[in-house]
Amino acid sequence: MSTIIRLANITKLYQMGEEQVHALQGVSLEIMQNEYVAIMGPSGSGKSTMMNIIGCLDTPTSGLYELNNTNVSEMNDNQLARIRNKEIGFVFQTFNLLARSDVLHNVELPLIYGGINVTERRRMAMESIERVGLSERMHHKPNELSGGQRQRVAVARALVTRPSILLADEPTGNLDTKTGEEIMQLFDALHREGNTIILVTHEEDIAAHAHRMIRLRDGRVERDEPVMNRRTYGASSVAASA
Amino acid sequence: MRFAFAEFKEGMLIAFAAIRANKMRSVLTTLGIVIGIVSVTLMGTAIEGLNRAFNKSIAAIGADVLYVQKWPWGGGQDWWKIRNRRDLIIQQARAIERQATTTRSVSPVIGTQRPVKYGRQVVQNVVVVGTNANFVETTGTNVDLGRFYTAAESDGGRPVCVLGADVASNLFPNENPLGKTVKVGAGAYRVVGVLEKQGSLLGMESLDNRVYVPINRFFHEFMSRRGGIQIWVRAQSITDLDETKEEVRGILRKVRHLSPSQEDDFAINQQDILIQTFNQIGAVIAAVGLFITGLALFVGGIGIMNIMFVSVTERTREIGIRKAIGAPRRTILMQFLLESAALCLIGGIIGIIIAFPLSLIIDQVLPTAMPLSVVGIALLVSVFVGVISGFLPAYRASRLDPVDALRYE
Repeated sequence: MSTIIRLANITKLYQMGEEQVHALQGVSLEIMQNEYVAIMGPSGSGKSTMMNIIGCLDTPTSGLYELNNTNVSEMNDNQLARIRNKEIGFVFQTFNLLARSDVLHNVELPLIYGGINVTERRRMAMESIERVGLSERMHHKPNELSGGQRQRVAVARALVTRPSILLADEPTGNLDTKTGEEIMQLFDALHREGNTIILVTHEEDIAAHAHRMIRLRDGRVERDEPVMNRRTYGASSVAASA
Repeated sequence: MRFAFAEFKEGMLIAFAAIRANKMRSVLTTLGIVIGIVSVTLMGTAIEGLNRAFNKSIAAIGADVLYVQKWPWGGGQDWWKIRNRRDLIIQQARAIERQATTTRSVSPVIGTQRPVKYGRQVVQNVVVVGTNANFVETTGTNVDLGRFYTAAESDGGRPVCVLGADVASNLFPNENPLGKTVKVGAGAYRVVGVLEKQGSLLGMESLDNRVYVPINRFFHEFMSRRGGIQIWVRAQSITDLDETKEEVRGILRKVRHLSPSQEDDFAINQQDILIQTFNQIGAVIAAVGLFITGLALFVGGIGIMNIMFVSVTERTREIGIRKAIGAPRRTILMQFLLESAALCLIGGIIGIIIAFPLSLIIDQVLPTAMPLSVVGIALLVSVFVGVISGFLPAYRASRLDPVDALRYE
């Protein structure tokens, strides 16, 4: 298994008016291909900052970040946009779909920015939509879909470029428990198909789907350990301790 | 290339979706551009009309006529030197008439102002023109009533006259003027003809408030010495005007006894000097007119810029989403530039649709038609205004930080 993400002594400093806030104070970790990782921590622990840096939405103040053996910690805006387009699939708590575009167009959008031609684009988008089970709803607008369906569209959009990592930020935060569980089952299945998944959450139930849990506190890694009581597809709780 | 096209198409789709989503706002914003384009195109049309009107009146007063005078048109030379030139005299006009081979007709012309009376009717400040029988031929004017005086009457200095249209209608409101005797200054003249109405030359001087008398009579009656005339020469063809000019110049130098080393002590004027002068004035009018109407367009552009800032702010979150999934700055910039250009282009098209019937109204006053070039330029200008006024908002959008933009509520 090759290393997908390597963080070495990452720090992030924010200037909040007069005072400086150390959101991350030297985080080092590695994530391998096809890992299923949950990043947890209370608010203010630095997990949002961590997600932004891993997702290449933001750059660290210092430290080294290698994604697929490429140093991305010193890239400029446009290079980062390209990395986000090719390597990272985002799933947000609030879905973040384009309200005026239908499902197909929402899922196609990363491919448009990636410069994929129209026939190939259409094929890949439809395949991705089918994967999340929304082929019937292809030409619906987001406001004609339920919350769970919207999040499936977001997952389809994240998958469509076949990224190196799926990065989900509180993916069930705006869903009821049952729908949330369905989305998590989708992630479990995607993991089994070989995808690398990183969940950022503060819910233990959700984090329990992952295989590895990284706990942050005050901008540092507090604990980094395998998940003992994993929840998996089809069972509410399965003892997975090896 | 393929990449750029897909992005462009995406940009266009977004632009029109955004305009459609805010119909009322788009209409109000576009109004500024509509007004700007309407005023600019109408100004362009009016300037075109002014040029055509001028060219028409130039044609009417004869582009193939040379005006030999002491004073050059347009000025610029040494006033005192010109003031001291010898006068042109009637014998020199006769010399040209006899010797020149490329002229159609030659008329000596001299003028003064006198009141003209008939019974109790008086017209003040009539221009009394002394000339020969060739005058109608030289200037291409038509006689409306009766005839022009003959060569015999002219050479003999007979007391006959031809009235300009305004003088005739003022002196003889209810009578036929032919055969009646009018008083021009102190002398009595029999009216033999009335000229066709000619209008005024660009509103400067009426050509109809005139009375024409034989030039020999004129010297006898209005001036003690023979001199100080103009010589009007009509060329056989306008294409050989320069040749005629050289011929006339040669004859005059000979009869005025100028040695080869001396400069001409007369001026041969022609309409193109007037045309040059007009073109200068016309350019100033056009520049000022377009500047003032351009201000309307400028204000329209500011409106567009303002609404584009609103649009960017409203869609901060959308920009964040697009950036998160990999849209580079250039794409975001282009998206908003396209939106503002499309908005302005729609305004430009509406503006032209409104301006076209209005230009037909201008056509009632000035002979004009909205030139196709004005339509093309108006559309280009509106797109240009869109790009310029959209740039700052679009640039701001492209620089948004994706993290902040995604967090924006």
